[in-house]
Amino acid sequence: MGRLVLTEKIGIPGIRDFAVYRAHGGYSLVEKALKEMTPADINREVTKSGLRGRGGAGFPTGLKWSFLDRKTDKPRYLVCNADESEPGTFKDRYLMEHIPHLLIEGLIISCFALGVKTCYIYVRGEFKYIIGILKKAIDEAYKQKFLGENILGTGFSLDIFLQPGGGAYICGEETAMLESLEGKRGNPRIKPPFPAYKGLYDCPTVVNNVETLAAIVPIIDMGGEAYAKIGKGKSTGTKLISACGNINKPGVYEIELGLPVEDFIFSEEYCSGIKNGKRLKAVIPGGSSVPVLPAELILRTLKGEQRLMTYESLAEGGFDSGTMLGSGGFIVYDEDACMVRNTWNFTRFYRHESCGQCSPCREGTAWMEMILLRIEQGKGKYSDIDLLVNIAGKIEGNTICPFGDAAAWPVSSAIRHFRHEFEFHIEHPEIVKNPDHGSLIQYQSSSIQYR
Amino acid sequence: MKNLVDHKLYKRENKTIGFSAETLKRIREIILHYPGDRKKSALLPVLHIAQQELGGYLCVDTMDYVASLLEIQPIEVYEVATFYTMFHLEPAGKYVIEVCQTGPCALCGGERILDHLENVLGIKNGETTSDGLFTLKTVECLGSCDTAPVILVNTEFYESMTHEKIDRIIEDLKNKGKQQPSETRWADLF
Repeated sequence: MGRLVLTEKIGIPGIRDFAVYRAHGGYSLVEKALKEMTPADINREVTKSGLRGRGGAGFPTGLKWSFLDRKTDKPRYLVCNADESEPGTFKDRYLMEHIPHLLIEGLIISCFALGVKTCYIYVRGEFKYIIGILKKAIDEAYKQKFLGENILGTGFSLDIFLQPGGGAYICGEETAMLESLEGKRGNPRIKPPFPAYKGLYDCPTVVNNVETLAAIVPIIDMGGEAYAKIGKGKSTGTKLISACGNINKPGVYEIELGLPVEDFIFSEEYCSGIKNGKRLKAVIPGGSSVPVLPAELILRTLKGEQRLMTYESLAEGGFDSGTMLGSGGFIVYDEDACMVRNTWNFTRFYRHESCGQCSPCREGTAWMEMILLRIEQGKGKYSDIDLLVNIAGKIEGNTICPFGDAAAWPVSSAIRHFRHEFEFHIEHPEIVKNPDHGSLIQYQSSSIQYR
Repeated sequence: MKNLVDHKLYKRENKTIGFSAETLKRIREIILHYPGDRKKSALLPVLHIAQQELGGYLCVDTMDYVASLLEIQPIEVYEVATFYTMFHLEPAGKYVIEVCQTGPCALCGGERILDHLENVLGIKNGETTSDGLFTLKTVECLGSCDTAPVILVNTEFYESMTHEKIDRIIEDLKNKGKQQPSETRWADLF
């Protein structure tokens, strides 16, 4: 069992309430940070910890914080990204639902470190009940004087406000989120300028994911160096992984980075293997946007090394034979899953969620969806497969925000690793008419090295 | 070509629209969350409140009213209301049932849940029952993939759905149909 630093207290009855959280040492790190440390000390510890953004991009948090424009006299803002909408990802929801005060504590320490007096938590609108849980936690923190004017008599003041989304995946992109917070459509902004200089209301702004900001608490607790000793190499600390799909025990698990992927899928402690005694076919380890890998490549790299749950190991082999840790949305497919149907499904998602600003993404996702659907229904031609690769290649890198890449990668990786399934659909239109045709697809030797 | 005048953004109902004094007080408090010249930031919270308290959907009259409250142009409200999928621009049923269709839910039978709901309610995706009780629509990932398949009824999660569970939920909602839904008020959340 790896070390738990975020979820260890979740089992305590009533931990959602301020009194219980406080009785178990909660908010003591706000006291430590505000009374015994300077903002520069905190920034130093965060940098030393090697913490990387937990929303998906994995950008070093200390470095992101260091970019914040501290010279201007404009107000600075911290926006907490709780717009969790990446398919397969539900870890932030778990954290906010079960231990909301951990996030509030992380926010207070982070705002102190960044010199922020106003912080917004942008929560996706569908998580209305989570907004209710956070609202209660924030109200309690105000009542106990951990929020508001002159916190703990230190002269530091902070307000935290909740902002609802309206059901748009794109608002999880940081500049789209800022647009949405300003009461506009969620159209990502052209960068530069980066939010660190011109963010919310044209003021210096940091946008961080829920899990990232919660992790500030254990970092201040144990110190950056000790935190960096958890995990493996540059993948320091722990990560929440939300596991779903055809596994015995779906749910959210906190793992120490460096755990072998094989252990995560098959051990009793985590996913407990594939449901109904089926074999593993494929895994998307970091939310729908990262490349899908077939069983043999998710368990071992092309070099034959064991694949680990780290940013580096999952990316080993580049996009030819690797993928990304992403948000930790771990989707597992058994042998009966149809990878064409799955790719069509995700492409429909991206077509629906494209903000429509950039032509390659707006038009490309719609075309890819249409072509994938015709292949899935047995009406495709061989040339459609290359056409899909072509369209995906023209979206990738040609849009204002990374959404375009996120829409292209699932398609190009599915064709790269499961081309035979696409060909099977084209060759056997009578079989794929059956909606449950996933189990009828004949595998080629390259993908049958199941465990 | 469809006549533009028939477009939903042109149909004024000429209703008298207004929040209760209590809600207006809450909205004035919400506006204080933002800098003085950034009232527009309150648009999403206020649209959620408006949809819930002013008839279950956003008609043009409601959007114009919201624009006047936040001192912005009506077009600024229309462009936002049409962008975000949680806002209904046409009358919706008392219970809006949203069925997740994205990957993980589809993998665990989400598509069959939609078929079953269409059969039970006798309507297609996107339609409202003639008694005005139910609207059925598909949505993308609801962030509850460990309990797939998932549906949302007026922003309340119903998880690990089976056909039997669906039958029971619909029966319950039909019985409760005459009462007001007892959901959390958006106005109390900020």
